[in-house]
Amino acid sequence: MPDATLDRARVAGAGVDATRLPGLLRATWLVAHKDLAIEFRTRTAFFSALVFALLGLSIFYFAWDPTAVAAIDLAPGVLWVIFTFSGLLGLQRSFGVEQADRAMDALLAAPVEREAIYLGKAAANFLFVAGVQVIAIPAVALFYNVPLGNIWLALAGIAVLAALGIVAVGTLFSAMAVNTRLAELLLPMLSLPFFVPIVMAAAQTTSRLLAGRPEAEAWPWLRILLGFDLVFVLACTIAFPYTLDE
Amino acid sequence: MTTGTTGRDDAVRIAGARRAPRALMDSWILVAALAVIAAYVRVIWFTPTEATQGLAQKIYYLHLPAALNAYLAFGVVFVTSIVYLWLREERADRVAEASAEVGLLFTTVVLTTGPIWGKPIWGTWWTWDARLTLTLFLWFIYAGYIVLRGAIVEPSLRARYSAVLGILGALLIPFIHMSVYLFRTLHPMPIVLKPSAPSLPPEMLHTLMFSFAAFVLVYLALVRARYRLSVERARVEELEASLEGGR
Repeated sequence: MPDATLDRARVAGAGVDATRLPGLLRATWLVAHKDLAIEFRTRTAFFSALVFALLGLSIFYFAWDPTAVAAIDLAPGVLWVIFTFSGLLGLQRSFGVEQADRAMDALLAAPVEREAIYLGKAAANFLFVAGVQVIAIPAVALFYNVPLGNIWLALAGIAVLAALGIVAVGTLFSAMAVNTRLAELLLPMLSLPFFVPIVMAAAQTTSRLLAGRPEAEAWPWLRILLGFDLVFVLACTIAFPYTLDE
Repeated sequence: MTTGTTGRDDAVRIAGARRAPRALMDSWILVAALAVIAAYVRVIWFTPTEATQGLAQKIYYLHLPAALNAYLAFGVVFVTSIVYLWLREERADRVAEASAEVGLLFTTVVLTTGPIWGKPIWGTWWTWDARLTLTLFLWFIYAGYIVLRGAIVEPSLRARYSAVLGILGALLIPFIHMSVYLFRTLHPMPIVLKPSAPSLPPEMLHTLMFSFAAFVLVYLALVRARYRLSVERARVEELEASLEGGR
């Protein structure tokens, strides 16, 4: 990634008119905007995460016998596993970009709350993951011939909840992993156990929706997803400042 | 060796370190080992054999105490992690480190004794039952914790990061617990730790408690040994740094 692009992106991010928003939100928006501007101008991570997701979807298709397992039974699992892994690609980058030219130090020197750095990064990651999802979910419907027509709204809701949980934990671990010796290896190792309840809940809810089961069967799973989001968005926001140099 | 005062100071300090040799195998380990042997003598010869499962049930006296101690260990990691972030007390970080490693050891014991029992009783080594899955993920969380510790050189950074993970990991357990329980479970239901009175016959219950106490001793002895090891390691690092500085 050329440094000039990064610099321009940073400047552009700082120049946005966000003066009307109150302190924390405003700083959050500035950080998110900066990251999104970098991503929008380079598009490297988004493109690779997207291709990864589509590639994963196509490879999975050949890993099972379509005459033995119906696509509708397999699709939810494939969708959420791929979702998780492609999300990791974006998260990896989140704090990785701040390593060039020690941009993280500049970010920390900025007169904003440290929670705002976390929330801004998380917001940018959320949009990144959601952006991949917007293309990957219809691709599942297309490749696996799954009718999503009547459940797409519910599915979008699940995707939002799942993305929120993944991003909350993943952003924090991304900040930690870049400062370790193992970097790229550590993020999936730390994050994946945390994604277990998310993947389970999202896949179970999706398969129930697809099978046309009563909504009541999906509720316990949704509650887990909601609870996870609530607890970990809060806990990770509180924990983030502790991971920074003092 | 080095020349000059720094080198001589170091030599004195090394000699000081040598004057008080600290064996990691001490009386605590010995007492714990004897307690475990005593517990197993009791399990094998002085506890009735279970009517339907036969001898296979004897592994229960190893399996459950190990599981309970794993929870104890991870609970200690959670509490000491909070204490560390709050007070920045180095000792809390050392206890967390030691406890996580010992907890991982106990979890490994649970994950190995379980299948050994499961094969004759359930007819399968492994099943994706709720509690098995939960234990497996506990293992993953704290394996990640230990890998994270190994990946950071700087002590205070390592302490802060691992404290954050130690707290988040503990927060994760209820969620994994709830989600794996929404799947159907095959594991025997609790017969000791449940709201009503334990349904284990008194002889078996007493043996179990004896065994649990023995394992608590093992936990304490191992954490203590591991704690001292980390103190020694830090001292070695400090000495090496000062030797390099004096060169």
